[in-house]
Amino acid sequence: MNFSFSNEQILMQEEVKKLLDKENSVKRNRTILEGDEKFDEELWKSLVAMGLTATTIPEEYGGIGMGFLELCVIAEELGRGIAPVPFSSSVYLATTGILNSSNEEVKKEYLPKLAGGEIIGTFAHSEKTSFPDESGISVSASGNEISGQKIAVPDGDIADFAIVSASTGKNVGLFLVNLKDDSVAIETLDTFDPSRSHANITFNNAEGILLQDDAWSSIEKLLDQSAVLFAFEQVGGAEAAMNMAKEYAMGRYAFGRAIASFQAIKHKVADMYVSLQLARSNCYYGAWALSNDSSELPTAAATARVSATKAFYECSKENIQTHGGMGATWEFDCHLFYRRARLLSSNIGSQGIWKDKLITSLEKSNSPA
Amino acid sequence: MDFNDTKNEAQFREEASTWLSNNAEKKQHARDIYKAAGIPGDGSALNDAKNWQEKLYEAGWACLHWPKDYGGRDASPMERVIWSQEMSKYKVPGGYFEIGQGMAGPVLMTYATEEQKQRYLPPMAKGEEVWCQLFSEPGAGSDLAGIKTKAELDGDTWTINGQKVWTSGAQFSDYGILVTRSDFSAPKHKGLTYFFLDMKSPGIEIRPIKQITGGSGFNEVYFTDVKIPDSQRLGEVGDGWKVSLTTLMNERLAVGDASGVDFQEIFDLAKEQDFNGDQAIKNGSVREKLADWYCEQSGLKYTKMRNISALSQGSTPGPEASITKIVSANKLQDIANFGMDLMDSGSIVRDDDTSALFQGSLLGAPLIRIAGGTDEVLKNIIAEQVLGMPQDVRVDKNVPFNEIPTGTKN
Repeated sequence: MNFSFSNEQILMQEEVKKLLDKENSVKRNRTILEGDEKFDEELWKSLVAMGLTATTIPEEYGGIGMGFLELCVIAEELGRGIAPVPFSSSVYLATTGILNSSNEEVKKEYLPKLAGGEIIGTFAHSEKTSFPDESGISVSASGNEISGQKIAVPDGDIADFAIVSASTGKNVGLFLVNLKDDSVAIETLDTFDPSRSHANITFNNAEGILLQDDAWSSIEKLLDQSAVLFAFEQVGGAEAAMNMAKEYAMGRYAFGRAIASFQAIKHKVADMYVSLQLARSNCYYGAWALSNDSSELPTAAATARVSATKAFYECSKENIQTHGGMGATWEFDCHLFYRRARLLSSNIGSQGIWKDKLITSLEKSNSPA
Repeated sequence: MDFNDTKNEAQFREEASTWLSNNAEKKQHARDIYKAAGIPGDGSALNDAKNWQEKLYEAGWACLHWPKDYGGRDASPMERVIWSQEMSKYKVPGGYFEIGQGMAGPVLMTYATEEQKQRYLPPMAKGEEVWCQLFSEPGAGSDLAGIKTKAELDGDTWTINGQKVWTSGAQFSDYGILVTRSDFSAPKHKGLTYFFLDMKSPGIEIRPIKQITGGSGFNEVYFTDVKIPDSQRLGEVGDGWKVSLTTLMNERLAVGDASGVDFQEIFDLAKEQDFNGDQAIKNGSVREKLADWYCEQSGLKYTKMRNISALSQGSTPGPEASITKIVSANKLQDIANFGMDLMDSGSIVRDDDTSALFQGSLLGAPLIRIAGGTDEVLKNIIAEQVLGMPQDVRVDKNVPFNEIPTGTKN
């Protein structure tokens, strides 16, 4: 049995980790959080230079033709480094969305530029304050003209283009829209975690290129695919938060001894470890289903997503608790992970949405165990 | 990344599966159990289990990882996993030999003389002789090194006085492994001595413990001037703690998933039960709980797959496996409780298989969270042995044992 990543994939993961350590990714997160820049362009360029944006793009479209498994290990490291870059929007979502489509012209034009990091994409899907179901898409497509508003689009003010879900009157289609167009208004938002920029996007008869008609099942699939990658990112962040808590507890003395020697603290860290291990193992299942394009993907993706969301929340909040008062100061890094945990939970649908998806998927397959 | 066997593994699986299909009845459902099997406590299925174990032994499928000389097969850890995966598909009796083969066997293998190994290991593998483990005492459970059962040496013979508790299967065991205190003035961990003994020895009295389930899977065992020859000592005098650790390490590997209701049962129940005029499973709060339990079950399943995969690639499993019991025992308890909630006021009536199953699981769960390492001990193991956090400050180290308070004081 070989239910693990290959040596090459692990080696690649180590290279990404080394780069993010060297570039001091966590410190860069703070710089973006506190400053006016929308993302860390320098770090983004380093990731591009390493070829990471080209990972899943076939060679014929200018990529390096690796698979989703490689993307999973990259995602874990970006999560560990809480990297302030639009990678999830541009790679997990926009690139995968285009790869999934059968529009050959779009592939030829966009994929080489995405691979080379010349352009950045995102997925504009949310409307109002709740994650939409099929009947909840109000952004409309009249022919190829897109109108309406998408809210809190991740990297919406960074991206060059967005894949947009829009109602055609008959069903929901997926369109590619150039965000630099005059008919598109972008409004940067003040958010909970400014290390990743978000924007409201208003389309006023903007020109869309049809990626897919009657696309709701494709949207579900894209969300499932990206959920596995988001889950790896969450697991990376959760592990970093758990390790921070452990390291701090081992060096912090109270009542005459390291607080790590108190069972109250040890059990807290052990609980973090348990939720992390469950999440990691479910992520492996998700990675397997994703890379094999398995019919189990909806179940596997939701399982990975739900348990990774839980793990990152638990590890990031108990990391603050372990640090005591200092953990709740602006100066300490704990809150950067706490914010990122919350942000990743909100992107691509909340915990309630994914738990519901999971049970729906189990009801359909009727063979949950 | 895949779930496939290597060529050798596939060949071994084929061999195991062929033998099993010729010798046992396949389960229709994953939860089918061997018909005649009762709980090990009542001994009702002991003969069936002995016959089956003998059949395994004769065909070379008993204690696979043991050396052939002692009744095993010299199998690799991965082959052992494959065998247990295949055997779990069949309805076979069991539950009587795990303590002997899983805990006493490895200790004898390490500490007994060659002659003793030849004498005791093959009958243990064959199921001919049943073994029990005499460790816990009323005043020493998680703090096992606090035991007080006294061992005194006179010439070549030890005399044992004291009481053990939580001994599974003592009433039908032929032999037992026993840890005692031979020196009360030495520090706690230094005064222990380890033996094996004949459970039919004069002076042993066995009393069943009635548990909250109503069943009696465990016993109290009283020792009054029980004699053990010094030749049945395992390890040096005073080295009993070290020998015990060998046993406990194997106990952790032997304790796996908690048995009782799991995700499938609560999923089915949620479809059957009504809640506010609709199927319970349509309710958001129900779905949320189901999703959490599914994630735990799936997380454990794929953690096991990762561990097996590591085994297949040649590494040794470590204390990481401790998470299985913590998660599955708590999940069992919560699912049982929620299932009874779903059955509403009728849940307390024991009128069908479903209510009996959920009630039994709710009553059985507390002991599962305690047996074989409590949740709290397992969390210490994770923190100290997996994550490298320091041990708690000990007030009982390097103090003569007879000066340390033990047991219950009020």
